Amino acid sequence: MASLNVNGTPRQFDAEPDTPLLWVLREQLALTGTKYGCGIAACGACTVHVNGQPVRSCVRPVSTVSPTDKVVTIEGLSPDGSHPVQKAWVALDVPQCGYCQCGMVMATAALLRDKPNPSDKDIDEAITNICRCGTYNRIRAAIKVVAQGGNPKTAGLSIQHADGSVA
Amino acid sequence: MKHSDLHPDLDADLPAELPTALRATVLGTAGTAHNGTARPALSRRGFIAVSTAASVTALAGGFSLGFHVPALAQAAPSPGAAPSTTPELNAWVVVRPDDSVLIRIARSEMGQGTLTGLAQLVAEELECDWARVTTEYPTPGQNLARNRVWGNMSTGGSRGIRESHDYVRKGGATARVMLVQAAAQQWNVPAAECSVAKGVITHTPSGRTLRYGQVAEAASRLAPPADVPLKDPSRWALAGKRLARLDTADKVTGKQVFGADLQLPGMLNAAIKACPVFGGKVRGFNAAAISNRPGVKKVVPVGDNAVAVIADTWWRAKTALDALPIDWDFGPNANASSDAFAQTLKAALDAPEAGVGNSNGDARAALSQAPRKLQAVYSYPHQNHATMEPMNATVRYTPERCEVWTPTQNGEAALAATAEASGLPPSRCEVYKLHLGGGFGRRGAVHDWVRQAVVIAKEMPGVPVKLLWSREEDMLHGRFHPVTQCKMTAGLDAQGNITALHMRIAGQSILAGVFPQMMRDGIDRVAFQGLNNGGGEAMIGYDFPNLLIDHAIRNPHVPPGFWRGVNLNQNALYLECFLDEVAHATKQDPLALRRKLMARHPKHQAVLDAVAQRAGWGKPAPDVRGQKVFRGLAQTHGFGSYVAACAEVSVSARGELTIHRIVAATDCGHAVNPQQIEAQVEGSFAYGLSALFGACTVKNGRIEQDNFATYPVVQMRHMPKVETITMPSGGFWGGVGEPTIAVAVPAVLNAIFAATGKRIRDLPLGQQSLRRA
Repeated sequence: MASLNVNGTPRQFDAEPDTPLLWVLREQLALTGTKYGCGIAACGACTVHVNGQPVRSCVRPVSTVSPTDKVVTIEGLSPDGSHPVQKAWVALDVPQCGYCQCGMVMATAALLRDKPNPSDKDIDEAITNICRCGTYNRIRAAIKVVAQGGNPKTAGLSIQHADGSVA
Repeated sequence: MKHSDLHPDLDADLPAELPTALRATVLGTAGTAHNGTARPALSRRGFIAVSTAASVTALAGGFSLGFHVPALAQAAPSPGAAPSTTPELNAWVVVRPDDSVLIRIARSEMGQGTLTGLAQLVAEELECDWARVTTEYPTPGQNLARNRVWGNMSTGGSRGIRESHDYVRKGGATARVMLVQAAAQQWNVPAAECSVAKGVITHTPSGRTLRYGQVAEAASRLAPPADVPLKDPSRWALAGKRLARLDTADKVTGKQVFGADLQLPGMLNAAIKACPVFGGKVRGFNAAAISNRPGVKKVVPVGDNAVAVIADTWWRAKTALDALPIDWDFGPNANASSDAFAQTLKAALDAPEAGVGNSNGDARAALSQAPRKLQAVYSYPHQNHATMEPMNATVRYTPERCEVWTPTQNGEAALAATAEASGLPPSRCEVYKLHLGGGFGRRGAVHDWVRQAVVIAKEMPGVPVKLLWSREEDMLHGRFHPVTQCKMTAGLDAQGNITALHMRIAGQSILAGVFPQMMRDGIDRVAFQGLNNGGGEAMIGYDFPNLLIDHAIRNPHVPPGFWRGVNLNQNALYLECFLDEVAHATKQDPLALRRKLMARHPKHQAVLDAVAQRAGWGKPAPDVRGQKVFRGLAQTHGFGSYVAACAEVSVSARGELTIHRIVAATDCGHAVNPQQIEAQVEGSFAYGLSALFGACTVKNGRIEQDNFATYPVVQMRHMPKVETITMPSGGFWGGVGEPTIAVAVPAVLNAIFAATGKRIRDLPLGQQSLRRA
């Protein structure tokens, strides 16, 4: 049995050393928020954080992640979906099908930790994840909402939420 | 003409997919299916018993693994909501004692927002509290058992809302009348003295109130009223509003369970490889070579063209499969190529035989007499849907029953495929729908992955097996956007007016490949999307004195499918780019030329005018970062809606393209959720513009592009700013998921011409230089 530190907890697992981190998370640890999209690090649906850095887990052999490395998945980004990126995503109704969005949220959270007020060019260069539904413009708007303090009204989308709030 | 004749009709797969017993049931009741108040075949008590049994089975199977698993496929469960054991008011509406409202959604949610839009329409008539609305999918098996009370479950052709709005609103309105009647009876007052708002019924003269939850059970025992009038859309309070989606929260926390994520107790995982050459077969494989690998349980043939490995985990199944020696018989198509097929299409551009889709006057004669002619040949390549979630299905088979959990655009077709592949009658099969990680047409017409998954699970009776395709399998075994070429020929008079137009399309027919039973006299009507003379579904927006639009069908061995936008993609490109060519050749403004041809098509013209005005057509576009910006226009009509786009691009001295902005207009008749329409328009552009970058080509009989590294798609850095004008003119219901996709590429190509003088007639841009001519 090998072990990983995932979302702050040591977890035991049984997998061949060359198994990608993605499949250990999904199949051994039941953390299915991290998605399989391409298997070649092209789409970013599998993005997690390892020691704070965004990592495409589909090509990262689990043997290269030490038990002391801190792995954070979408399930551990916040206990209740309250990370500013998640809140902005909900406020602006960013997801369509949603399959790529956990990876998008993780990539964005890493970007904003590195660059709290990213330029459009920064966003273009950091968010290279693929979304086939085409949510890119809402993603960009949501990143700017977070960068500018979290008030979703600044995006001007006028989305009416069931709790009466308007984003 | 029946609408289905003109439809890119995903529900038309029912006849193709259904075994005889189910087909008779489904087709025999089609006439009454669209009636939200129809009497269910089962009593309400019977329905509840069915539901409860399914839930118990699910619990007994140990489904409580920390995230919700749809046994009754709850689409958006509300935390703490009571289980739906409360009697329904009708097939669409359940009001629970705690006043929460359960709205049943028959269509599939794949990102397009139909779940929210349909719930808005029901809630609008129900007059319930929107904050208390939850939703669930009824299962295809329940629909079959209840005489198709939920109507058509197929979700394609941008018709989730436009073809269910009437009966789902009636479901809401009927439930409201019954709730008010129950309250009036409790008070012993006339129902006419009662009003209702946000789920609270008020007896106006006395001021007494009752909540929906307090009278729902009594209301469920009342006879449903007939012919309840629906609100005029001008009085809508929930529908038509920019409401947030109901299904967002779980999609940003990882809680949303897609088919690929499903975990059932004792479940095994399967990976599959089909012969990379379409039409090829498995000659043999050496299972012994991998049988000692960790976790491997079984190596099984699937049909005559595929092999699957079943293992404890998918990664072990997939890597074992990669190591499995397979002897393929590539069959008769082993040497087929896109290049060779392009020659076949080129020859067909001049073939004497072709099916006519639209004509008036005598185009051939007028062309032969025209003092000036303009001609150009265009093409549109194969494309893969490339849904982010690869194809998958989880199946539990026993000799008595076959259950399938799968993302599908058409639950009933998935059920039919399950019955056929399992050999069990449909009544012993069930399909549980999960939200789709993308659909775009791939998951509706053909359920090839469901059939495979059932065949595999039959090897492991009683054990749930999840089949997940690798991305490579998904890319190689898509149902591809049809490949076509088109020769456009215009006759021009001395003043530059078009006297005749011949549009010869040569190439692949989707219907011939998917629903051959829908072919009529050798003609694929769907091939003429956006070019039809009337019909309301996909109409040409111009008049020409002499017109001939015909299609010489040439089918390659690559299986075709309905790909978002379907045939509207290439038809709009061909017509809109060629009209731009005519405008340039005759020194006319592209907008002015179009408007001259649109006198009898005011709705087409209105959306075109709207984008031209918003974009500032006729005035120079402001420079962006020192680059000159140029515009291009396109308009079309499809899936019942009128759409237009004006694209703004710049091309650098080195030939690098930047798409700065696209202004888009949609007249969809009635707009149910404008903020989601905007999301669909933006998304359609991301999908459509991907054709500038990627295409699927065939060499040695197989698709060459096996992942996103070789099939580039639009990413953040490519995405233009999108300004959406939603301008519903009323009187009809049009779709929104697809129509605008078709104007993205031609508007951009026309803008590229304005910028560079380069006329791009083939996709993708690839090595074509965009440096100014």
